This record gives sequence, structure tokens and C-alpha cells, in this order.
Amino acid sequence: MAEIKEMKQVLFGPVLNNNPIALQVLGVCSALAITTKLETALVMSLALTTVTAFSNLFISLIRNHIPSSVRIIIQMTIIASLVIVVDQILKAYSYEISKQLSVFVGLIITNCIVMGRAEAYAMKSPPFMSFLDGLGNGIGYSVVLIIIGTIKELFGFGTLLGFEILPLIQNGGWYQGNGLLILPFSSFFLIGGLIWVIRTIRPAQVEPKG
Amino acid sequence: MEHYISIFVKSVFIENMALSLFLGMCTFLAVSKKVKTAMGLGVAVIVVLGISVPVNQVIFVNILAPGALGWAGFPEADLSFLSFLTFIGVIAALVQILEMTLDKFFPALYNALGIFLPLITVNCAIFGGVAFAIQREYNFSESIVYGVGSGLGWAIAITLLAAIREKLKYADMPEGIRGLGSVFMITGLMALGFQSFTGIAL
Repeated sequence: MAEIKEMKQVLFGPVLNNNPIALQVLGVCSALAITTKLETALVMSLALTTVTAFSNLFISLIRNHIPSSVRIIIQMTIIASLVIVVDQILKAYSYEISKQLSVFVGLIITNCIVMGRAEAYAMKSPPFMSFLDGLGNGIGYSVVLIIIGTIKELFGFGTLLGFEILPLIQNGGWYQGNGLLILPFSSFFLIGGLIWVIRTIRPAQVEPKG
Repeated sequence: MEHYISIFVKSVFIENMALSLFLGMCTFLAVSKKVKTAMGLGVAVIVVLGISVPVNQVIFVNILAPGALGWAGFPEADLSFLSFLTFIGVIAALVQILEMTLDKFFPALYNALGIFLPLITVNCAIFGGVAFAIQREYNFSESIVYGVGSGLGWAIAITLLAAIREKLKYADMPEGIRGLGSVFMITGLMALGFQSFTGIAL
């Protein structure tokens, strides 16, 4: 029983209690730049979750054979190979979205979530637990991306996944799109607000003064 | 010459790495508590970007681009799918070499940059700079200008943020937003300010 409890903790802990974006400040770049539309946010979350989960799995499998002096290069090679696979699949099956994501697919390599989890967890844990940890952190990242993508697309463009929810005035509807939310940097305010909400629910995360 | 100046200005202000493209955010938010350390990291980023962008450009054009292996007798080879792996390998190796060189010949600078150098490998500003230079098909001299310029832009941005954060120590904020939350909002406001540069026509 204890094992299952621990697994749950590893898998769902990063979603609210230890969120990679809101608490650990990892992987912020892509969260800011590509969340203008919910669709790109979804694809990015999927890609990142896959890469984190599998890089954790593979690094954990060979963790006892990696000399610590070259471990960064080895982790990088594994992560980069996985990202190449994801990039090729995206180019093959959804070329439009891969064009929109442009360099950000490549930037998964340097996304600190992947690297951070590999270094902090996969290097000293058994393969299956590492896989779950990668999956959990990927989900934590995805939740933030999806919340922000939803807010921005719904209130900026009046649509969700391309379907019209709030009809815009210029299309004969009643909703005036929020111009600020269309601009990429509005995610800073949204993430800042999100952190505020999470820390109000979980006061333990509040930073000490000074 | 005018062409290079326009690339430089564009990479420092209009397409500022941190505040318009949001690259290198993890270190940007985490290592901006003090102006001094922020400046140290900024200088390190300028150096690494200034070297790694042109080096990767040369490697891409001569080895990885479609048809580039013509000189070796493989005119139809296309290795561009390996580009991510090569870029990150070159960046990691460069950072390692730079670290050893600085340690041997410039110990003062090494001690100042010390802890930041390994961090730079996973700074997405470096990788993003390389990827953008390749995507825009800059030539060798253009990529040197672009590398130094975008590094300088990033350094300016992180120094500015650190300066604001030092002043904010005395602000009395609501508990939940203290620290990280407020940093996000400040960066958002700074990005809003940098948006005004997009109007500049070169």
C-alpha cells in the first residue's frame, strides 16, 4: 500500500504542491512564448511531457554507468535525441503546428524541467519511479500551459481551439476582444496571478521576507 | 556597415532575447536578486553567445545543411535533422573549454563567473540564439554581430531587472505575491516597455 501512495505522491505532487513553473521556476520560456493559442499550448505540453518522461526513464536505466564528470553531456545527448524524434514526428503529421512552434520544439532540449528532473531525480531513482516523476512534472507544466492558453485564447480572440465561444464585435457579435491578452507578454501577468492564487491556497509556499 | 549596425540594434532592442522573445527566462528570473551577480552572468552570456553562434553557423553551413557535404563526395546528403544534437553538443563543449581556459589564464574572471558558466549550457538564450541565426540564414560575419548583440540585449535586461528587484526589497507586498509572483509581474511590465521598440523601422 505504501508503494502506491508513494507513486501517487510522485505523480501528482508536481501538479499543485510542487509545480515546476509556479514554484521551482523551471521551463518558463516556452510557457510564456507559445501560449497565445490553446492548440499550440496543448501540442507543446504533450511534446514536453513525452520528452521528460522518457528522458527520465532512459537516464535512470543507465544511471549506474554514467561517470559523474561527463553526466551533463550524456543527459543532453539523450534529451536531444528524444527531441529530434518528437520534432520529426511533428513535422510529419502536423506541419502547420510545427511551423508555429518554430524553434520552441528545439528549445525543449534546454528546457530546465527536463534537465532539472534528470539531474535531481532520475540520477538516483529506479526507472519506473523516474518515469512517473517525469510524467508528473510534465503534467504540472501542462496544467499551467493549458490554463494560460485557455484564458488568452478565450478572452483575447473569443475562441477555444478555433471554435467561436464569445462572438467578437467585428464578426457581428457582442464581445470586445482583450488586446492585451493577444500580446505574448501578458502571460507574465497571468503566471504572476496564478502564483498568487496557488500561494493563497498553499501558504507554505510563501517566500520568507528579506 | 549599415547592414551590420541594423542587425546589432535589432538584436539588442527590437528582438531583445529576454523581453521580446522570452528566452533564458529560468536563469533570468532566478539569478536576478543582486545587480553584481546579474552583471557577471550577463557578461558570461555575451561571451558564450558571441562565440557559439558563429561556430555553429560554420558547422551548419559546411557540414549539416542539405548538399553541404559536396566537398567530401556526398552531394545528396542532408544531415540537417542532426542539427539540435550538434548545436547542444557544441555549446556544451564550448562552455567546458571556456571554463578551463578562464581557469588557467584569467583566474580573476573565472572566480567572478565561476558558478554561472555551467548554468549557461542549459540557458535557452544561447540555444535560441543559435537556432534563430541558422533559421534566418545569417552568414559568418552577420552571425558574430547577431551573437554579440543578442547577448548584450540579454545582459542589459537582467541587469535592469536586478536593479529593480534590489529597490523592491523595501516594498510591502501581499504575502502571496512576494518574491516570484512579483518578479513575473515586473518582467511583464518591462516587456511592455520594450514593446515600444518594435515601432523602430530600420
